[in-house]
Amino acid sequence: MKFTLSWLKEHLDTDADAKTIGARLTAIGLEVESIADPGAALKDFIVGEVVAAEKHPNADKLRLCRVSDGADMLQIVCGAPNARAGIKVVLARPGTTIPATGDVLKLGTIRGVESRGMMCSARELLLGEDHDGIIELKTGAKTGTPVVAALVDAGLLANDPLFDVSITPNRGDAASVYGIARDLAASGLGRLKADKVQPVAGKFPSPKKITLDFTPQNKDACPIFAGRLIRGVKNGPAPKWVQDRLKSVGMKSISALVDATNLISQDRGRPLHVFDADKLSGNLHARMAKDHEQVLALDEKTYVLDGETIVIADDSFARGIAGIMGGMDTGSFKDTKNVFIESAWFDPARIARAGRKQAIISDARYRFERGVDPQFVLPGLELCTQYILEWCGGEASDVVIAGALPPPHKPILFDPALVESFGGIRVAREQIIGILQDLGFVVEDHGSLHVVPPSWRHDVDGPADLVEEVVRIHGLADVPSVALTRTSAVAAPVLSKAQRRSRTARRALATRGFNETVSFSFIARDQAKLFGGGDGARQLSNPIASDLDALRPSVLPSLLAAASRNAARGFSNLQLFEIGAAFDSGVPEAQKTVAAAIRTGNPERHWEKGGEASGLFAVKADLLGSLEAITGAPMSAPITQGAPAWYHPGRSGTIAMGPKVIAQFGELHPKVLAAFDLKVPAAGFEIFLDAIPDTKTKGKAKPLFAPSPYQAIERDFAFVVDAGVAAGEIVKAVKLADRNLIDTVSVFDIYEGKGVPEGKKSIAVAVRIQPKDATLTDAEIEALAQKIVAAALKLGATLRS
Amino acid sequence: MTDIAALQSEILAAVAGAADEAALEAMRVAALGKKGSVSALLATMGGLSPDERKIQGPKFNGLKDAVTEAIAARKAALADMALDARLASEKLDVTLPALPENNGTVHPISQVLEEVVAIFADLGFGVAEGPDVEFDDYNFTKLNIPPDHPARQMQDTFYVAPQADGSSHVLRTHTSPVQVRTMLNGKPPIRIISPGRTYRVDSDATHSPMFHQVEALVVDEGIHLGHLKWTVEQFCKAFFEIDQIELRARPSFFPFTEPSLEWDMRCDRSVPGKITFGSGNDWLELGGSGMVHRKVLENCGIDSAKYQGFAFGFGLDRMAMLKYGMPDIRSFFESDLRWLKHYGFAALDIPTLDGGLSR
Repeated sequence: MKFTLSWLKEHLDTDADAKTIGARLTAIGLEVESIADPGAALKDFIVGEVVAAEKHPNADKLRLCRVSDGADMLQIVCGAPNARAGIKVVLARPGTTIPATGDVLKLGTIRGVESRGMMCSARELLLGEDHDGIIELKTGAKTGTPVVAALVDAGLLANDPLFDVSITPNRGDAASVYGIARDLAASGLGRLKADKVQPVAGKFPSPKKITLDFTPQNKDACPIFAGRLIRGVKNGPAPKWVQDRLKSVGMKSISALVDATNLISQDRGRPLHVFDADKLSGNLHARMAKDHEQVLALDEKTYVLDGETIVIADDSFARGIAGIMGGMDTGSFKDTKNVFIESAWFDPARIARAGRKQAIISDARYRFERGVDPQFVLPGLELCTQYILEWCGGEASDVVIAGALPPPHKPILFDPALVESFGGIRVAREQIIGILQDLGFVVEDHGSLHVVPPSWRHDVDGPADLVEEVVRIHGLADVPSVALTRTSAVAAPVLSKAQRRSRTARRALATRGFNETVSFSFIARDQAKLFGGGDGARQLSNPIASDLDALRPSVLPSLLAAASRNAARGFSNLQLFEIGAAFDSGVPEAQKTVAAAIRTGNPERHWEKGGEASGLFAVKADLLGSLEAITGAPMSAPITQGAPAWYHPGRSGTIAMGPKVIAQFGELHPKVLAAFDLKVPAAGFEIFLDAIPDTKTKGKAKPLFAPSPYQAIERDFAFVVDAGVAAGEIVKAVKLADRNLIDTVSVFDIYEGKGVPEGKKSIAVAVRIQPKDATLTDAEIEALAQKIVAAALKLGATLRS
Repeated sequence: MTDIAALQSEILAAVAGAADEAALEAMRVAALGKKGSVSALLATMGGLSPDERKIQGPKFNGLKDAVTEAIAARKAALADMALDARLASEKLDVTLPALPENNGTVHPISQVLEEVVAIFADLGFGVAEGPDVEFDDYNFTKLNIPPDHPARQMQDTFYVAPQADGSSHVLRTHTSPVQVRTMLNGKPPIRIISPGRTYRVDSDATHSPMFHQVEALVVDEGIHLGHLKWTVEQFCKAFFEIDQIELRARPSFFPFTEPSLEWDMRCDRSVPGKITFGSGNDWLELGGSGMVHRKVLENCGIDSAKYQGFAFGFGLDRMAMLKYGMPDIRSFFESDLRWLKHYGFAALDIPTLDGGLSR
């Protein structure tokens, strides 16, 4: 919502300057986006005087001028036909920025002659379209002084600060200069000027009638529609003050008839429409559109409507989209002779819906969907009549009205104590009443207050709204801050176990050298399909881009896409992770929190050695380390061979606790890598944080430390076993040979080849034996060794000779 | 009679000249071995008279001790020399690079969230979470945003395709539905923050279709606007870790709060590309807030006659950008390794109130 200071002062009697008004507007909830000072861009320009103007020695159309800047005489080459001795001009010296181009003026040489400045046209200063010659200032302008005052004096510049105020959706009442003045006056910044519109008496009955053609369900779409005919108008340009006023806020002046409605819309917040009455067939009707009914609107586009859109129609066709945009065929143009003015009140919700559906942004929609003042339907019509008669001549008919004004708002029962108990500030009862009355509320004091909101405030319907009105006008800054009571002397922990798990996983992975990413929750559907997603249930109806259209079924594709982008920039050795949402479906319950990580690339070259291959066992270490950090204990759940299809079928594994999969890991499937255009190997894992069971803790005390006093011993065993037997099986079997004595079993060598039969492999394990009760005798150790060998034999493993 | 003194000096000289342990060992055998010169001399002791033995005995023993000692000393010296030589040969160029290790980092969003949680935990706020895919009812209707409310234009919403059962959901446009869930599932007093991912159909230089919010909700008896102001002020002061912070509340509008206010922070943007807080003529928008609308309380099963509440919501990404000087929200989600390393936080830089939220 834009307006100038001078326009505001048409309605508000105040001495306050722009800065003060701006601060107050923001303080009362009318947020100032900007206050533009039109003179600001011209502050470096000065008044110059052309002392002499001669023909340029090398160019017929250029003149060589000597221009005084008040102190020095400057030689300036100028092409303007009106450059002549004796005129006062707008002078730009080198270093000055020219508004039209944004360029800084430099010393120049034009056709071999030096030019030390520039005399400006209106267009160069963005003061108009005139570029036929340079601006001639009044002869009284003082040479060498800043030019702004002289431009104002010459009528070329309105030195009038321009406010741009952002109006919240609830404040339709403030979508007019008058409404803003009304709010400022209530806040004590000046006095609202009385502005009662006088009705214009009709000279003849309106030949056009109005009807409201709604079903009972749609009756509230348009409760009142008023209008009148004016015959014999002559549509030309609007008076200059009207044109200037519209231009001052960036609106175009079109014609007297159109400008009249635009002025009233901006000034009073009352949108109107002026039909060319001769182009209407028969009478006017407000009704719901028929499905697929079409209207060619004033923006020269054809809109296909539906039954939820209100239209203004004549006896034949819909002629305008009510409250949003008029029709092209029945608009007012140069040759319009007889007009019909429409002034109606439309249901804000229906206007908002239709406007959104048709994607039309118009001043009328902006106001109607925020809610205009129904009580101004008739005054707005009268004001428009006055303007048209005054500017275009003609003769007005009687006013015709269909429907009736809505009843006044219901009184709100208001306990003024609420201002303190809810608004947090003590305001005297009289002051509360005063503020509400200044805002146009009718207040009756019956102990409790009965408050009736004014017709222009649709947004106020309860005591909390009244508290808001009092607080914003009294001043939000004055509300004292009050401390919340502490819930416990020393702050108690607040994180849930799940939240702690996420947090620990994050720090654990970062400690292991992973860089955390945060990626969009939606990815390309094709990528989602590779990870078991991409179905209809996880599709976005209105994606922002076609490659961001599917809820991600896994976090891995986000990481792989990131790796691919980084590889394209020359970084292919990566450790990336993300902790975030993955979606099993498109419903709220189908979301899981996943910690996923990948290692990509080849071992880094190092002067000493090749480093570890970024592969399966590196990510397995990352996975187990992270799980241990998360659960606080080594992961004891079994690891089984294989994982979902996006992993390498032979180089992947799954960790599950009963039916619950806690994690899966492995090298990524080559087809997946190819789909992401990743040319380096990648391995990764996914931890399903929600699937990890809560550890049951009994108190804070740890179990007693009870180390065995007896020496532990280590024995190595090498087994020959079928190549297909998993090392983990052997380790498990050995461990179970004597749970009491065997502490750890670790694989230290795997060998296939010479010395081992075809189809077999050798697995060497180190068994750490920890006696608990007594040092083991050689015979006992031997017996244990036999048990171990026997256990391995059950898996077909024989001791390697 | 061999001259003991001469023999001693001869042996000691030889010991001192032994070039390595092998030579020294040969020397020891030649002197102290069964057939060594010193042993031979000692063997002559038996033929001496008791008186002579008294005189010569200590001399012989002195010789033996001196030789033994010299050999031990020489042995130690040779060992030292050998070690020195080995160490000298083992010299490495310490300016060669260390074994490669990647420095992991924590994303600024995560770090800033931990900072926010640390502050609110001290104020007694729990951390509530909810799903990114939300019921339309929780995201809008329960929050007093009916289907045709103009406020729905303020948030262009991502819709998830209709499900098999005909239901249709949205990507939450704010974390307020978590407030709804908290109120529906709990009873006052309520003190929570609700951080998380949020989505709006918006993408340009200053908007990302996904961003993060943290909202706060307090519902209790006697809660009023003054409590809201205090909480926002305390939070901002603690979060930005600067004393000279100046906040401004201005009336605004949200369908779910009444009164509604927005918060700005004083800043200076006179130097292009740089923002400093606490001084200057500009105001920077932080977020929205207000007293929870009575309809929202009632929609969520809370007696609005008994309880009052406030809520506010700030953009986490924006907070991170402001505090740590990151210019572009879109780069948060691009996963550019260089950005992650540049703006990311070290694994062990865990924000705490006692140690400080940031370095």
